[in-house]
Amino acid sequence: MENQEKLDEFQARIDAGEKIEPKDWMPERYRQQLIRMMSQHAHSEIVGMLPEGNWIERAPSLKRKLVLLAKVQDEAGHGLYLYSATETLGIDRSELVDQYLYGNAKYSSIFNYPTMTYADICAIGWLVDGAAIVNQTMLARSSYGPYSRANVRICKEESFHKKQGYEMLAKMASGTPEQQKMAQDAVNRWWWPSLMMFGPHDSDSPNSAELIKWQVKLKTNDELRQHFVDRMVMEAEAIDVTLPDPDLTYNEETGHWDFGEIPWDEFWNVVKGNGIMNRDRMKARRSAHENGEWVREAAVEYARKKKLREEKAS
Amino acid sequence: MSTATKELTKQEAFLTYLLRLADDRLILGQRNSEWCGHGPQLEEDLAIANISLDLIGHATALYEYAAEVEDEGHDEDHFAYFRDDREFTNLQLCELPKGDFGFTIARQFLFSAFSYFQYERLKEAQDEQFTGMVNKHLKEIKYHLRHSREWVLRLGDGTEESHNRIQESFDELWMYTDELFYMDEVDEWMIKEGLGVDSSEFKDEWKKLVEDTLTEATLTVPDWDQFMMSGSRKGIHTEHLGHMLAQMQFLRRSYPDAEWK
Amino acid sequence: MSDTNNKDNWPLWEVFTQPKSGKPHEHAGSLHAADEEMALQNARDTYARRNEGVSIWVVESKHITASTPEDMGPFFDPANDKPYRHPQFYSVPRAVKKRS
Repeated sequence: MENQEKLDEFQARIDAGEKIEPKDWMPERYRQQLIRMMSQHAHSEIVGMLPEGNWIERAPSLKRKLVLLAKVQDEAGHGLYLYSATETLGIDRSELVDQYLYGNAKYSSIFNYPTMTYADICAIGWLVDGAAIVNQTMLARSSYGPYSRANVRICKEESFHKKQGYEMLAKMASGTPEQQKMAQDAVNRWWWPSLMMFGPHDSDSPNSAELIKWQVKLKTNDELRQHFVDRMVMEAEAIDVTLPDPDLTYNEETGHWDFGEIPWDEFWNVVKGNGIMNRDRMKARRSAHENGEWVREAAVEYARKKKLREEKAS
Repeated sequence: MSTATKELTKQEAFLTYLLRLADDRLILGQRNSEWCGHGPQLEEDLAIANISLDLIGHATALYEYAAEVEDEGHDEDHFAYFRDDREFTNLQLCELPKGDFGFTIARQFLFSAFSYFQYERLKEAQDEQFTGMVNKHLKEIKYHLRHSREWVLRLGDGTEESHNRIQESFDELWMYTDELFYMDEVDEWMIKEGLGVDSSEFKDEWKKLVEDTLTEATLTVPDWDQFMMSGSRKGIHTEHLGHMLAQMQFLRRSYPDAEWK
Repeated sequence: MSDTNNKDNWPLWEVFTQPKSGKPHEHAGSLHAADEEMALQNARDTYARRNEGVSIWVVESKHITASTPEDMGPFFDPANDKPYRHPQFYSVPRAVKKRS
């Protein structure tokens, strides 16, 4: 029963910086919010394999091919860690997967944009992974133990993801005229979507206050976004690419970079399923799942037969 | 390249030998990488990507060494990106489309089993730099063999559907297996120099491992005496290779003067 | 269409990896696998991609019995008043202390 006393006790644990573990008492709403948020994070890692996977076969050198394949593979691993962490809340992975393949569960909209040139792969590494790291570094201190631990592991592995993208983007930005053009074009297309990754403004984010109260998140969407912008302005300068926002100005008073209005109409449009690649992403994931069914069944059936044989033998 | 009229030098033979090994691994690694993001289960997605990474990694190391042996200032990418299909000497087995998961597993098993016996002997080669590589790669090959063999057992002795599917894959792949044991003057040179292996020495062992595995998996061993494909090592390929290379090489070749490493 | 078929669900396993020989195995995470061999292989591919271990244990999650939060008091508090179980409880001559 969720009486006030229990809720207060729970809040006191949170406020004292304690971690909540799977078997601990927790408000049902806390559990539900975690399931929603963590599984969304997991789905995003998995769908996120597709736009980058699009360039594995075409990577322009053996080194870049290995780097990209290793990175996309890591994303599968990260999805796996996050699904496992979510499963500690009493829900099976197959149910979670079902919810996004055939239900209403969401994943990050950024992955519904197309990777048209190889420079997009570099821009994703720099901007999209850059944004993800800001977010995940915070989540590594989240109040739910398994989620926090999954993010610690993810952050450790992901440090190379951003670096490889930034490194190659820098090479392209100082490369041949064609490479420079490709690099700038990719930054132009990925800049605004990467800002949208932090979610709507705090004033339009219904879940934010509650998640912060429970220390699932430690900072608001706008705080994280500002942190990201400040950093990226500096990094863009260092490699000579231009961020496509004429309103970017340093604000002496706040010590932060002010930026222009984010195109929210586009954001909501993509969330609603109208991004260029929404339908293809879902189609690809569903077909992987459905084409894999006979394989998963075979493994289950083999295990059953093997057990029977072993029982007979003993 | 060797011709009937020109005497093959040791350097040419060693270069060709290394390229054959490397091409097999690059082409199969590239094929397997198509699974990334599309595997039958998350855990298996990671596993196939690992095998793919290993194979492309092995190819890269072999191309690097080939560039040294060739001594014309090329790098590893030269061999992967700037040769055409007639110059690629990979087995046709490696270039065939990925098919379903059963096909990918059946091919990986046949190839890894061969690589295992081959590398076990290459360990003895009279070239430290080469054997250093071989020893390192052999550890990974053993794992590929274990992983693919276990899956052959599961699919063969799993459900009726999985049994039929992987049986069909083995039937389809069979005519590409004889080429694994193809040998010519390149191999003769290498064997003489203590750098290469005589694959006929382990053909029976390989066959036994394959037959035992298929039998344990309740599968029928296809007919060894059926018509067998040939020509890979002389640059004769299916049409699939050209399309794969077009995709793999297009960006690098579109901007050959750009830095892409 | 929803996937209601349960014949293709693999059970959950817990993975423990030993970072170095001589060190104890630590919980690394979990994964799904149909049987022991695949659990071991999947653990290798998932939790040891970066040479994180020299040895792996896997156990099906359902075989783990864990203490509950309610056990916390009776299980762990009593040890708090048994200082004689800890080495700091004992005094050692200075000269010996320095050497250890």
